[in-house]
Amino acid sequence: MIGERWINLAVPLALLAVPLYALMADEPFTITLATRATILALAAVGLNIALGIGGLVSLGHAVFFGLGGYAMGILAFHAQNYSPLEIGPLTFAGTKSMPVIWLVAVIVSAMAALLIGALSLRTSGVYFIMITLAFGQMFYYFAISWSAYGGEDGLSIYVRNGFPGLNTLVPIQFFAVCFVVLCLALALNAMLRASPFGLALNAARQVPQRVETVGLNPMRLKLMAFVISGAITGLAGALFADLNRFVSPSMFSWQLSGELIILIVIGGVGRLMGPVVGACLFVALEHWLGGLTDFWHVWLGVVLLGIVLFARGGVVGLLTGKAGPHV
Amino acid sequence: MSLVLIAEQVLNGLQFGVMLFLMAAGLTLIFGVMGLINLAHGSLYMVGAFAAAAVAGATGSFLLALVAALAAAALAGAIVEMVVIRRLYAAPHLDQVLATFALILIFSEGTRWVFGSFPLYLDIPDWLSGPVTLPGGIAYPLYRLALIGVGLAVAAGLWWLTARTRLGIQIRAGENDREMVAALGVDISRLYTLVFALGAGLAGLAGALVGAIQSVQVGMGEPVLILAFVVIVIGGIGSIKGAFIGALLVGLTDTLGGIFLPELFKLFMEPGAATQTGSALASMAIYILMSLVLVWRPSGLFGARA
Amino acid sequence: MSEPILATHALCKSFGALTATDDVSIDLRAGEIHAIIGPNGAGKSTLIAQICGALAPDAGTVELLGRDVTGLSTQARAQAGLARTFQISALAMEDTVLDNALLGALGAAGNPWRLWGRVSRDAALRDRAMAALDRVGLADHAGTRTADLSHGQRRQLEVAVALTLAPRAFVMDEPMAGLGAEGSRVMTGFLDGLRQEAPILLVEHDMDAVFALADRISVLVYGQVIATGTVDEIRADPAVRAAYLGEEA
Repeated sequence: MIGERWINLAVPLALLAVPLYALMADEPFTITLATRATILALAAVGLNIALGIGGLVSLGHAVFFGLGGYAMGILAFHAQNYSPLEIGPLTFAGTKSMPVIWLVAVIVSAMAALLIGALSLRTSGVYFIMITLAFGQMFYYFAISWSAYGGEDGLSIYVRNGFPGLNTLVPIQFFAVCFVVLCLALALNAMLRASPFGLALNAARQVPQRVETVGLNPMRLKLMAFVISGAITGLAGALFADLNRFVSPSMFSWQLSGELIILIVIGGVGRLMGPVVGACLFVALEHWLGGLTDFWHVWLGVVLLGIVLFARGGVVGLLTGKAGPHV
Repeated sequence: MSLVLIAEQVLNGLQFGVMLFLMAAGLTLIFGVMGLINLAHGSLYMVGAFAAAAVAGATGSFLLALVAALAAAALAGAIVEMVVIRRLYAAPHLDQVLATFALILIFSEGTRWVFGSFPLYLDIPDWLSGPVTLPGGIAYPLYRLALIGVGLAVAAGLWWLTARTRLGIQIRAGENDREMVAALGVDISRLYTLVFALGAGLAGLAGALVGAIQSVQVGMGEPVLILAFVVIVIGGIGSIKGAFIGALLVGLTDTLGGIFLPELFKLFMEPGAATQTGSALASMAIYILMSLVLVWRPSGLFGARA
Repeated sequence: MSEPILATHALCKSFGALTATDDVSIDLRAGEIHAIIGPNGAGKSTLIAQICGALAPDAGTVELLGRDVTGLSTQARAQAGLARTFQISALAMEDTVLDNALLGALGAAGNPWRLWGRVSRDAALRDRAMAALDRVGLADHAGTRTADLSHGQRRQLEVAVALTLAPRAFVMDEPMAGLGAEGSRVMTGFLDGLRQEAPILLVEHDMDAVFALADRISVLVYGQVIATGTVDEIRADPAVRAAYLGEEA
């Protein structure tokens, strides 16, 4: 059995090694795959705060992923058309700067998470799952019917947005940006877990009645977790849109929400590296199985069933031989 | 905007609502009795539609197609219950979500494997096609009227089943106290398989009936599934009555919202923007309805437990 | 007689046709252990739930330190100085013993919003948590996963979490439940000393413990208090003997 500390060290190094190898072997597509895995991992790291520590089974996290994506899409769209963005009486210029786009993505997703969380957390259990799912659909259909930004067809951005001092069009440089953001999010996650807030949130998942009787409000703790979680997933959405140079309503789709949960469960719920391991395996499976057969989702389904029924701790659980948090 | 148009849209809303009820009834029953959240319910809807399209293609009989839809979906439901679902009753919701999500992947891709990616078409039989003239001079498609009739008949049948029959008593008892029912000598796992198959059969029937006015294709089940979730969240999970009222509310809100909201906005906006804003809002209307119901009653209109 | 620390006035609660709490007025005074006894189904748990804020009464009031807290939430009552223990241990089983005590310390400090810094390295929280663990004899098990504790140790931890709050009144729901003879003796000794710190409203089935500890006893039958008095008064009360001990009056 391997200690979780070693996994926490080895996994990011392995993720870093793949594109470096690909760079030497001159396989730019592999770098893009690694970037895709990194961004999906970031989205799942966000979800893992709500799901793994807070126990909130959100089947609507695509909302934040999509909002991040559209924050990028809309700002870059106005920048490439040289048209101003008008919100009521306010007028903004579009932008092609990643840091600005990220800031907007994080703020917008956090605000949406605050609203959706405040409504959804009035309920619990299976109601919470269904309501978050329904909010996802609400944004999905809104994006489809909002023709000003492409409606069903989505928005294409011709040139990847820029980061000061880097050429983001070079795959390895864009990977580096995403990888650093992922590492920061993982550090944030590790910090949260060990903090007073993390302790209280972890207890609110397991025994909310106990948290109340020591004078703390479990609902507010969960809402805070939901907001932080949504903000990180939103940031991942902005990066994902930049990777594809394209946003569409499918970023809001409920399949995406489901896939984010799948990533976490494959890797290990509530484990620091669970989302990263899960995202890498998912992208690898998607690539290899997708190359072998058009119907690779059948096999993904079978693998998933196997994990749910027989290997609850996911890959990290199997490697460490220890059960993870119970959600 | 004429009264005839309004009446027509109300009927469309009712028709949509009763079809949602067929889906929601099974979901709410399965959650109420077994405590299971079943995302794969939409797959059973799809199975029903494909079975109907295949049988109608082979035999030309619409009624046989409906029977096939019911039977295929119920059988698929029973098998899935015995192989997978049974292991999930005591599991946390997260496991239920994941395992049934995995079933969707398997069902969807499996169906694509067998039937290909192109949509199939299921034709409305001659004896149900064409419009009928209703009192007040409203011409309305006979088939859609028949759907409303079938939906209401199923609702009445379900009410009779749960309120008046031995099986219904067992189902209601099973919701309250599993051990007690088992102690009374009822074979609880057979009861569960039966309830699951019943819910699946209704979903399959809905799939076939709706398949005749839309196309039959992979992925057709999930949008309906999510609407059915909205329905049972509004109605209160576990309540058949709630599912019925919720389904009609959602059906009418969605249909009427799509027609009237753009018109409403035209009263104080220029037409282009009004259509844009109105239809965007209309697409969100049922979710807004759901949020309002939840703010007012967190466990739904007729829900007993959260 | 001084002002009661905790009191209920004419508390009523029914579930449909069942009256679970029927006009209950009891009080808890400084320095005492007031035991609530009664047969199963007498409404003890329902009463506790209303006192602690988990259940809203149909009528009547709950007062803590002379202040009406009937409309307050569980957490507001906890902040106002009420600590409860659960009949069935409500502990974060995946976390360590220290983590559970730290949660109490965090509640007492009232600020869970610090998102940085290791909670286990916060000296103030840690000292408070360790002091409570030390008092119930669990200091050596601070690093143990709570799920690995024995049943008796979990009961002790349950009390330790309440201690971290330094409350003005304790409400304890069957702290002896499931403890063996030795465990009960140790817990009885501990609670005996605790009453000087804050009075205890004690719901308990273990009659040896009740008779050894209680300054006053209230007997609850079918949701009603049929008698309140000292141990000797209750032992001698004919109505109590009839209703509770099943003897002819």
